[in-house]
Amino acid sequence: MALDKNGIAKRIAQELQDGWYVNLGIGIPTLVANYIPNDIEVEFQSENGILGMGAFPYEGEEDADLINAGKQTVTLVPGAALFDSATSFAMIRGRHVQLTVLGAMEVADNGDIANWKIPGRMVKGMGGAMDLVASAENIIVAMQHTNKKGESKLLKKCTLPLTGVGCVKKIVTDLAVLEVTPNDGFKLLERAPGVSVEEIVSKTEGRLIVDGDVPEMKID
Amino acid sequence: MNKIVANAEEATKDIKDGMTLMLGGFGLCGIPENCISQLVKMGVKDLTCISNNAGVDDFGLGLLLQKKQIKKMISSYVGENDEFERQMLSGELDVELIPQGTLAERCRAAGAGIPAFFTPAGYGTEVAEGKEVREFNGKPHILEHAFEADFAIVKAWKGDRNGNLIYKGTARNFNPMMAMAGKITIAEVEELVEPGELDPNFIHTPGIFVQRIFQGVNYEKRIEQRTVRQKE
Repeated sequence: MALDKNGIAKRIAQELQDGWYVNLGIGIPTLVANYIPNDIEVEFQSENGILGMGAFPYEGEEDADLINAGKQTVTLVPGAALFDSATSFAMIRGRHVQLTVLGAMEVADNGDIANWKIPGRMVKGMGGAMDLVASAENIIVAMQHTNKKGESKLLKKCTLPLTGVGCVKKIVTDLAVLEVTPNDGFKLLERAPGVSVEEIVSKTEGRLIVDGDVPEMKID
Repeated sequence: MNKIVANAEEATKDIKDGMTLMLGGFGLCGIPENCISQLVKMGVKDLTCISNNAGVDDFGLGLLLQKKQIKKMISSYVGENDEFERQMLSGELDVELIPQGTLAERCRAAGAGIPAFFTPAGYGTEVAEGKEVREFNGKPHILEHAFEADFAIVKAWKGDRNGNLIYKGTARNFNPMMAMAGKITIAEVEELVEPGELDPNFIHTPGIFVQRIFQGVNYEKRIEQRTVRQKE
């Protein structure tokens, strides 16, 4: 069965490592914060100026002066730090943030990503996404394998305006975990419980390497 | 040095049609509410506004958009504003979208005497079109220039007559870099205090960057996305 959004977030949470600073994008990536393994310590960076972002506030304790990059009210964990936008992007560009998790409209099999613009239809802007993808050491894309029309979002070449080139390392979708190899396209690492390799192959337009038996994801 | 002015009206009195303004804030957090209202009242038009976002339909810079006072917006993210989208798609409003980190650095550079810098953000995308590309450590970067702004308008939590500023929470965002960058910087603060009341160890924006300061009134501080959890 294909994973729901929380399933995708749970699988991505398994990628977190102790001591990492992590930037989570809007949407499914935000859910990753709910599934941090108990035995590790990570800190969340929000590009509008927080290191050590906590959960949503209790009702009545919302503070208009404390929001995340999605403009949602949040809290700080003990030991958090606040800073300005230039310092925030120094952390990002300077590669002090170890992992970026973000959503995408399309990913190409060379690691290109498009997630900010549909010409003539949706032009909201790139926000911090271009800075993040241009500099992050590890970029994991969290997305559905296909769009609402059922078309693959894992392509040979992106059709939408790019956010960054050759930058995506790993993709977790509702159907699979895939790695982007330097020269040979997507490599299928894991499949969602009960999802067949054939289904993943049929829903992946870009080059796909299937090597031997592909294990199922382990999700509680 | 006494930089205190009476109110938003006095602070903005020489802002003219066609000028370029920087306005602090991220979403509706840390925006100069008093000065925005005053600009609406003055009716100055053909403004170029450098601001991370463009407000919402009925608050923040959305108020200036409603009155068609903005000719050009330079921002990184402009969702959540239908009037903005309408004016942009119809061609009434000129829009330059740039990566958020580049926006912050172009402000900082302007204030720090750095005319231009190379950044990897946007390489290989339409943001890089027409810009010089150079490789450093085997990685391509694009040349970005410092902004020029007639006025920077920022919002702080506390300030004093010398122009020293302290921000609260994530309302800091773009305000400190914009404060550095304006030919004239106007700071509106929630609380104007006596010199000495702000601990010099904790000043975010040293007063040298600020030319005018006043205590604002009637802050609404609207929350864009109210997200809460229930007590267990």
